[in-house]
Amino acid sequence: MPPRLKLSGITKAYPGVVANAGIDLVVVPGEIHAVLGENGAGKSTLMKIIYGAVKPDAGTIAWEGKPVAIANPARARRLGIGMVFQHFSLFETLTTADNIALALEGERAGPSLPARIRDVSAKYGLPLDPDRYVHTMSVGERQRVEIVRCLLQDPRLLIMDEPTSVLTPQAVEKLFGTLRRLADEGCSILYISHKLDEIRALCHKATVLRAGRVTGDCDPRRESSSSLARMMIGGDLPHPQPRTAQPGADALVIRDLTLPADDPFGTTLSAIDLTVRAGEIVGIAGVSGNGQKELLAALSGERLLDDAAAVTILGTPAARLDAGARRALGLGFVPEERLGRGAVPEMSLAENALLTGWRERMVAWGFVRAQTVREYAAETIRDYGVKAGGPDAAARSLSGGNLQKYIVGREIRQRPRVMIAAQPTWGVDVGAAAQIRQALIDLAGSGVAVLVVSEELDELFEICDRLAVIAQGRLSDPKPVADTNAEEIGLLMAGSFIHAGAEGHRAFSPAGVLGLD
Amino acid sequence: MRIRLVARPEPSRLAKWGSPLVATAAVLAIGFALFSAMGRDPWHALYVFFVEPVDTLYDVGELLLKASPIMLCAIGLAVGYRANVWNIGAEGQLVMGAIFGGGVALAFHGAESPLVLPAMLFAGVAGGMLWAAIPAFLRTRFNANEILVSLMLVYVATLVLSLLVHDAWRDPEGFNFPQSKLFTQSALLPILVQETRLNVGILLALVAVGAGWLFLRRSLVGFQMRVAGLAPAAATYAGISSSRTVWLGMLIGGACAGAAGVGEVAGPVGQLLPVVSPGYGFAAIIVAFVGRLHPVGILFASLLMSLLYLGGEAAQMKLALPSSVTGLFQGTLLLFLLAADVFIHYRLSIVRAPAPAARAA
Repeated sequence: MPPRLKLSGITKAYPGVVANAGIDLVVVPGEIHAVLGENGAGKSTLMKIIYGAVKPDAGTIAWEGKPVAIANPARARRLGIGMVFQHFSLFETLTTADNIALALEGERAGPSLPARIRDVSAKYGLPLDPDRYVHTMSVGERQRVEIVRCLLQDPRLLIMDEPTSVLTPQAVEKLFGTLRRLADEGCSILYISHKLDEIRALCHKATVLRAGRVTGDCDPRRESSSSLARMMIGGDLPHPQPRTAQPGADALVIRDLTLPADDPFGTTLSAIDLTVRAGEIVGIAGVSGNGQKELLAALSGERLLDDAAAVTILGTPAARLDAGARRALGLGFVPEERLGRGAVPEMSLAENALLTGWRERMVAWGFVRAQTVREYAAETIRDYGVKAGGPDAAARSLSGGNLQKYIVGREIRQRPRVMIAAQPTWGVDVGAAAQIRQALIDLAGSGVAVLVVSEELDELFEICDRLAVIAQGRLSDPKPVADTNAEEIGLLMAGSFIHAGAEGHRAFSPAGVLGLD
Repeated sequence: MRIRLVARPEPSRLAKWGSPLVATAAVLAIGFALFSAMGRDPWHALYVFFVEPVDTLYDVGELLLKASPIMLCAIGLAVGYRANVWNIGAEGQLVMGAIFGGGVALAFHGAESPLVLPAMLFAGVAGGMLWAAIPAFLRTRFNANEILVSLMLVYVATLVLSLLVHDAWRDPEGFNFPQSKLFTQSALLPILVQETRLNVGILLALVAVGAGWLFLRRSLVGFQMRVAGLAPAAATYAGISSSRTVWLGMLIGGACAGAAGVGEVAGPVGQLLPVVSPGYGFAAIIVAFVGRLHPVGILFASLLMSLLYLGGEAAQMKLALPSSVTGLFQGTLLLFLLAADVFIHYRLSIVRAPAPAARAA
């Protein structure tokens, strides 16, 4: 039997960078094949070439033994290649069903589509409402749309780009079950990830990329995480330095924070209580779409509350203050979206330093001190190891990980006393992620109160002192990390702490949250 | 074979400077063909259009005189447009400025004081801002669309002016024409260059260009307004008040347009008439975009717009071209200038037909 997909000598150069240099890759039917590499290693480019979104400069592609030219994604889909992107390609103003219909052809997009969406989503444990609009959905929910859209096309090769970052441990297991079943049915899967444990648990084969070249092929089940990491980054995985600081006074106090949803599909926050003390890191875990977005907006000042005392920053009731006034109190904030929210894509890194850092003596008599701004940007680039052309590089020219390092650095260098970070390492490669986590740990070590909202449990267990879980707009009591484990947190993520009969805006259904029903 | 636009990774510097040249060349070619087709000598026609309006000192004065109000309005609008505040009503704010400034001139009719002109300017700016404050308030308070509100207020302002010159402010010795008394010397802008009609209004416009550049490129508030225009979510994240952005964007536009209105009634018009502007406030919208919302670009774009006004009139008179043809030619030039800017962010890519193997499969 010929391999399902065979790439030979695939090369793709962009101005200034060779993304792929002579890459060979063979995927056989029914194989779950990992493509492992840091951000910028060339994984995404390679996948886009397979999916027809990018044309290679050189090299050949053979599909089931026959050479093919994959001119565009529609052609790739006709061949039987489906892809779930890390950055979703959905139309926000359309519904789930509309988005899926757009990718299907002919009668498959017909009136029976909503029913089939429900079938597939039930079969594979990916709950979806076909009539819901995408713009109301969280990251995790959008990913489900992407996955179901691919599965409806009966793919023979499914490309998954970092699919588990938005799932609970139990849901990851469920997804793996789905993927294994697909593989047993003969579908090949290309699984892109940087999570070494997952790759070892799931994949039959791994191809490791570094700087556009294949640096290793292996059976990940026979490798250790550190041997995989060495192939991937050419060195050992950095481990966070432990820290010894004792928590101090209450710095960020959330008291009885209740906030109705601002759109019909949003999450209502109910009576959230949490205290973060100076010098400690508190984590909030949870499946996306359970109120994180709303809570973060209420904490950052992007949404104002009626009760000023619902959020207290360093003793000042702040819930009625806008984001600028809260920054003046000593709040630093790293948002989930880097481009368009944490940074202005078209503007230079220097201008993006000015965005939130202007209180750092960057302004005199209302005018910007350009030299100070550039120096601040250059120092941030240097101190946080940001790979960029310099202070004048546009924010959008940076890779996700580098921009995130820059934003984290920009916020930390303003010496906040309370720091809130949302998904600080989402889609960031291992090296940069370790650096960002270390920066947050050091920050807490210097006496700053740090609150991290993340969907990556490993990360939370690695850096947090205490951990709370958000589910259906409610927050569990925080627990010291030493006294809990992933399993318990996973159950909390499913809403196990919400007492039946407690007033809620939705019927309680842990299974619904997890996608287990 | 297909032609496609492909996004450039970085804006092209070459295209940034070259695109106006490409547009001009294309327009000259079109003009050549157009005027030839109409049986005119194309070289002569282009000469009449572009050179004759500026071949004497007096004519250059006329060019600058016409460019001043357009420049002023466009600078004010550009500040708002940079922040996604779409003030379409500069014409109405200009008229309101003319009414307020003209009102002061009439109230102090005959006074010799040197303070009359500053008072007129002050009143005119206040009038323009007041008119711009209405859409700003409705937008920030009720989320009413400022494009519609500011546009509708143009017609209200024009009718208010019409009412005044037909009634309360009509010159009793004006043979029943709808016009106010002629302003006296103290209410007229001093002439800048002898033997021309050019007055100090052009200096005001140039100051506005400089101030606009300083504000947008060097001030924190100007930076924050650009952020609000480029990435609204980033503005909210950074704590930039969206209502402050709307208020500033509208008020700066209104202030500049109001000053332009005073410049007209205290300058070439010299009294209040039912129509004090041939659409400078609307022309300024085009000028703002042709100038790429950049003060220096606007400086050049308003000179070009003024030249087109004058050249169009000259072509109608000297070549007996219908006004629709001069309008067509003007429109072509502006359209080409805007269209050529596409190449700053995109490049043309010629895509050959896919290889036969791919098509067959």
